[in-house]
Amino acid sequence: MAVEIKLPTVLRAQADGQATVAVDGATVGEVFNALVARYPGLRGNLLDDSGSLHKFVNVYKDDDDIRYLDGLDTKLADGDVLSILPAVAGGA
Amino acid sequence: MTSEFAQPTLRLTESQYATIIGNCYDGLPNEACGLLVGPLGGNAEPTGAVSEARPCRNVDASAVTYTVDPRDMLGAMRAAEARGDEIIGVWHSHTHTDAYPSPTDVRQAVDPAWLYVIVSLRDQAPVLRAYRIRGEGIAEVAVELDRG
Ligand SMILES: [Zn+2]
Repeated sequence: MAVEIKLPTVLRAQADGQATVAVDGATVGEVFNALVARYPGLRGNLLDDSGSLHKFVNVYKDDDDIRYLDGLDTKLADGDVLSILPAVAGGA
Repeated sequence: MTSEFAQPTLRLTESQYATIIGNCYDGLPNEACGLLVGPLGGNAEPTGAVSEARPCRNVDASAVTYTVDPRDMLGAMRAAEARGDEIIGVWHSHTHTDAYPSPTDVRQAVDPAWLYVIVSLRDQAPVLRAYRIRGEGIAEVAVELDRG
């Protein structure tokens, strides 16, 4: 199951400068595990200490936030695109 | 801060400038925010040119904080990709304070290569300034208005 992952600019340094990475996996969690196995520097940016999705990261499967699907258990099909977005926030 | 950190010069067209300022006033009484799309240079950092200023929803709907709606960010990412550009920065308004990054802005800054634009609406005339934020460090970058 090949899935395309789009990385934001800030994470590319941890992934040999690539904007897009193709990995295999049947769920978002499997895909993240494969991604982190290839680029260990990404782990802390994607997952927290308990292995859950980091709260400062948003992950979209095509047009849907995976938090409103099944989170890391969200099933993926061949050709799905996962977009990883940093939370962009601040204050006065 | 090294001088390398305090660059590039942010170059906005008059129409982009008007979009940003208009978005900030439209957001009152809340903070407004939006994303800057533009090219990266050979060093994989923004050149300072902007191809599009995209207003985004502030999902916090707050006068003291902002969070860019991730759906708007997804849209900006796709629009950027379609033209071979990237998201290169973000703007937000300060409704009652200086155009200078707050401790929250610094703590939550996501990308040391991004340009962080802050528009203060405190005074009669809006004040737009741009910064880079790296760790605890803040460096102001110059802003140039291009007629175009
Ligand atoms: Zn702020």
